[in-house]
Amino acid sequence: MRNQDLIAFAGGAIFGHRLRSALTALGIAVGITAVVLLTSIGEGIHRFVLAEFTQFGTNLIAVVPGKTETMGISAATISNVRPLSLNDAAALGRLPGVIAAVPVVQGNAPVESRGRSRRSMVLGVGPEMPAVWSMGVAAGRFLPPDDPRAPRAYAVLGKTLYTELFGDRSALGQRIRVGGDRYRVVGVMAPKGRFLGFDLDDAVYLPTAKALALFNRESLMEIDLLYREDASVDALLKQVRQRLVDRHGFEDFTIVTQQQMLDILGSVLDVLTFAVGALGGVSLFVGGVGILTIMTIAVRERTAEIGLLRAIGARHSQILALFLLEALLLAVLGGLTGVGLALGITGLLKLLAPALPVYPSPGYALLALLLAMVVGLISGVLPARRAAALQPLEALRAE
Amino acid sequence: MIRLTGAYRDYTMGTQTVHALNGVDLEVAQGEYLAITGPSGSGKSTLLHIIGLLDRLSQGGYELDGQDVTHLTDDKLARVRRETIGFVFQFFHLVPRLSAAANVELPLTLAGMVVAERRERVSAALESFSLADRADHRPDQLSGGQRQRVAIARAMVTKPAILLADEPTGNLDRNAGSEVVHILEELNRDGLTLLMVTHDPELSARARRQIRVIDGAIAKDHRGGPR
Repeated sequence: MRNQDLIAFAGGAIFGHRLRSALTALGIAVGITAVVLLTSIGEGIHRFVLAEFTQFGTNLIAVVPGKTETMGISAATISNVRPLSLNDAAALGRLPGVIAAVPVVQGNAPVESRGRSRRSMVLGVGPEMPAVWSMGVAAGRFLPPDDPRAPRAYAVLGKTLYTELFGDRSALGQRIRVGGDRYRVVGVMAPKGRFLGFDLDDAVYLPTAKALALFNRESLMEIDLLYREDASVDALLKQVRQRLVDRHGFEDFTIVTQQQMLDILGSVLDVLTFAVGALGGVSLFVGGVGILTIMTIAVRERTAEIGLLRAIGARHSQILALFLLEALLLAVLGGLTGVGLALGITGLLKLLAPALPVYPSPGYALLALLLAMVVGLISGVLPARRAAALQPLEALRAE
Repeated sequence: MIRLTGAYRDYTMGTQTVHALNGVDLEVAQGEYLAITGPSGSGKSTLLHIIGLLDRLSQGGYELDGQDVTHLTDDKLARVRRETIGFVFQFFHLVPRLSAAANVELPLTLAGMVVAERRERVSAALESFSLADRADHRPDQLSGGQRQRVAIARAMVTKPAILLADEPTGNLDRNAGSEVVHILEELNRDGLTLLMVTHDPELSARARRQIRVIDGAIAKDHRGGPR
């Protein structure tokens, strides 16, 4: 039997029961819609979260005090930790392959200007912060490259803080007080948004040494390194570790690369996408059972027809192929409908709720279609085998 | 053409064994016109099914066209059926969703014949059974006689050597029945071997050879011309 004849015959059987076939295909369509939609949302969340984390750039290494790869930290080990210092940051900044090192300390303090006051986040950072965190300056300039141990009392305002304090007047050159100390505003940052609950716009950026003094701290909270794109990360990590061990005597710090974080995050998010996809898979499974049911009924209904086909010379394999193909066609019909439905819904979601992270990927849609075909074939196997196993005589008598 | 020797066909029904065929020896030559009669349950249908390779012997031998077909595999039997045997059934057995033409085409489609040749053969077959104007009708749009003619066209489109008819007029009114019988007899005159199971004595009397089956054995084998 020629392939197009097989398809025509199986297709004819499907169109012979229009409503029933449509309902059966609908079961698969709903399953595929669920799978595509849920994986689209999973993928959207994936991209959203990764974008959140990569907004500061990807070629980043963070060094934080304390060795946190071991589980228990007692008071004794904490006292052994030698804090990260501005000199550590300077030393790391001189490593080959490192473009910039930003010593970070964070806290909050009241910021005042002309009787207006607002409690904001205070970030003590180095002059290279905009390059390392991929942030832009909207007006004026960022902190100048002074001597890190004795910087001038300059401050840069985040967008929100600037608006709160100055409205639409220029802040450049104005004096403000941060925690009682006087600073001169030299710049205003471009808006950046929130990150993990921190509003980076409701912040004032001070030189690290000044911020340390403000918080009465000795040690940095973190040193962020920006490295060259072409640098070998492994070699660089080794150098960073060596340099700090040389300075501290032993490893009392932890190095986290942005890439490691992204990898871990990525694998977690992949599991999430897979999990929601599997939820959709449940409804696809139900759709598969629908095909199984209908095909079982079809074989029973068409037993006499199977007998006739066998009597006029159809082989076992031809009967098997006909019924398998019928199940497959039902599934493909449902699958295509489902993919179309899912794409329509995601398109509509994007239109109605643009903030919702939905990202339909063609790869997943194709995979879903393949999945539908596999489901169709698996659902078709049992009924088709039963049809093929019928003896022509018994089949003919069934009427 | 057809040679059955010591043919037995046993069925187990529950704990009982039923001998549907109980030692049948039968030879049918090419071009014969044979009617098989007998009371219901006598095994006449079983005999036809055995000859048509729809059923297998429990014991004995079957030679068809000089070939021993007793122990062929299922798929080989399907091939022999396709190439040498045509079937006409009491209930027509047309595929309801297919047109008359597509029903006639079915054996050729199954055989994988190319479309152009198929179309040619189908239209010739429809023509010769005066169905050309019914080609696109589905079975439920045809009368009983027309349906049976479609079934005969389907059986004949593969140009078989043997036509097996199981009560071909059993579901037809008198006029349609006699029309169908005349078609079958005409095919027989052109050299087709025709075997017909019937309980209608008038019909069986038309055959040149009549076999009466009782309790799975041939009780009477009468050769005589049509009266």
